[in-house]
Amino acid sequence: MRGMWAFIHKLGSPPWFFGFSGTLVRWLLPVTVLLLAVGAYWGLLVAPPDFRQGNSYRIIYIHVPAAVVALAGYYVMAIAGAISLIWRIKMADVAMRAAAPVGAVLTAVALVTGAIWGKPTWGAWWVWDARITSMLILLFLYLGVVALFEAYENKTAAAKACAVLTLVGTVNIPIIYKSVDWWYSLHQPASLKFTGESAIDASMLYPLLVMIGAFYLLFAMSMLLNMRAELLWQHRNAHWLRQRLDVS
Amino acid sequence: MPSVDRPSLSLLAAFGRQFRRHGQALMASLTDVANPLLFFFMVVTLFPLGLGPDPLQLASMAPGILWVVALLASLMVSARMFASDFEDGSLEQMALASHPLSVLALGEVAAHWLATGCLLAVVSPVFAMMLGLPSQGLGVLVLSLLLGTLCLTLIGAVGSALTVSIRRGGLLLSLLIIPLNVPVLIFGTAAVTEAVMGRDPSTWLTLMGALAAGMLALAPLAVGAALRISLDS
Repeated sequence: MRGMWAFIHKLGSPPWFFGFSGTLVRWLLPVTVLLLAVGAYWGLLVAPPDFRQGNSYRIIYIHVPAAVVALAGYYVMAIAGAISLIWRIKMADVAMRAAAPVGAVLTAVALVTGAIWGKPTWGAWWVWDARITSMLILLFLYLGVVALFEAYENKTAAAKACAVLTLVGTVNIPIIYKSVDWWYSLHQPASLKFTGESAIDASMLYPLLVMIGAFYLLFAMSMLLNMRAELLWQHRNAHWLRQRLDVS
Repeated sequence: MPSVDRPSLSLLAAFGRQFRRHGQALMASLTDVANPLLFFFMVVTLFPLGLGPDPLQLASMAPGILWVVALLASLMVSARMFASDFEDGSLEQMALASHPLSVLALGEVAAHWLATGCLLAVVSPVFAMMLGLPSQGLGVLVLSLLLGTLCLTLIGAVGSALTVSIRRGGLLLSLLIIPLNVPVLIFGTAAVTEAVMGRDPSTWLTLMGALAAGMLALAPLAVGAALRISLDS
């Protein structure tokens, strides 16, 4: 228990975190690349084609992981925001700031791959389906955080303002999701049911799980790299950083 | 023993003074009260011009149109909610006061809602009839707008408090609060549509009421925190 608290305290120190994240990224990079390669090969080439959709369903191996991690990313951001507001740890500000653009990009990837998948499956690039609409709103929420941060000149205040916004967003996300769900079921689509809940076969599921794991790692790694870039900028004149960069 | 610095006003009295002060400021410049109504009126006029005058089509779209326009009108006015207080320094006085900033801000938000959202809800049947909304939907429209504009004003207050120190924060404000307003729009439109169809709208109205109650409890905390951040920046 004491070891854990010591570890958490160390996380708040920029010099220690800079070194630790450097080691972490060095380990994460090969694992992420390996998982992405295995998942992509397995999903795109080995897994059997779908009975109805043929090969076009394979975009699921990008679409679903991106969507899952995009949603989780908002919660990562919110937890970092809460830590920043409650304990005033600067590193939490850096983490929140680093997570926002990665989450926004993943949401955009989920939306675009969804549109590409929608064309052969539903015959339209865009359909106002409950899940798509929720993801679109999530994209707006992410962009709001990024834009608010950029709008403040004082970056300490910017981080705090973003923390408040993400917390407000976190309280609202379940309400938004539920309300969009109800909205969709209220306007029952006349023609076909888009999301037929059929159980996915194991031969298709396992590569999907690998890809989801790979995307989580990709998110973590992008976030860490963003944080390191931010630390480099913030401490560009600090003694410890100059020392470290001269050594390595 | 040093005496504890006690506020000379009770919390409720402080809330009331803020409410009155902000209300008087709004009444003094009637444009702040009249502009959202005019905006509502004009945008409602745009829809028949854009969609065509077919009464049946307009009537079927009226709940959605009225609610979207109400949302936009509320968005437009929330940008200025704390602006004058920020510019003339009264916000700093509020932050220094011994009462919680969230309660003082809530007093202003209440006055703001009464002068904009509540007023808009009361006059909305006029615009609804211009769009040919069937009369059985009118009562629910007013009720849903009363509850809904309260939610919109509270969310707007959070957004306004976050952006008050930013120059030209108007567009940013809409980016921040439009996604948060989605449930309000859905519940409001659904309630009016159900009433027009002759079905029971109470599910949607109670959901809206729950939303308003939750926001009334939580939004002031966020507003207080955001105003302090804006003052520090």
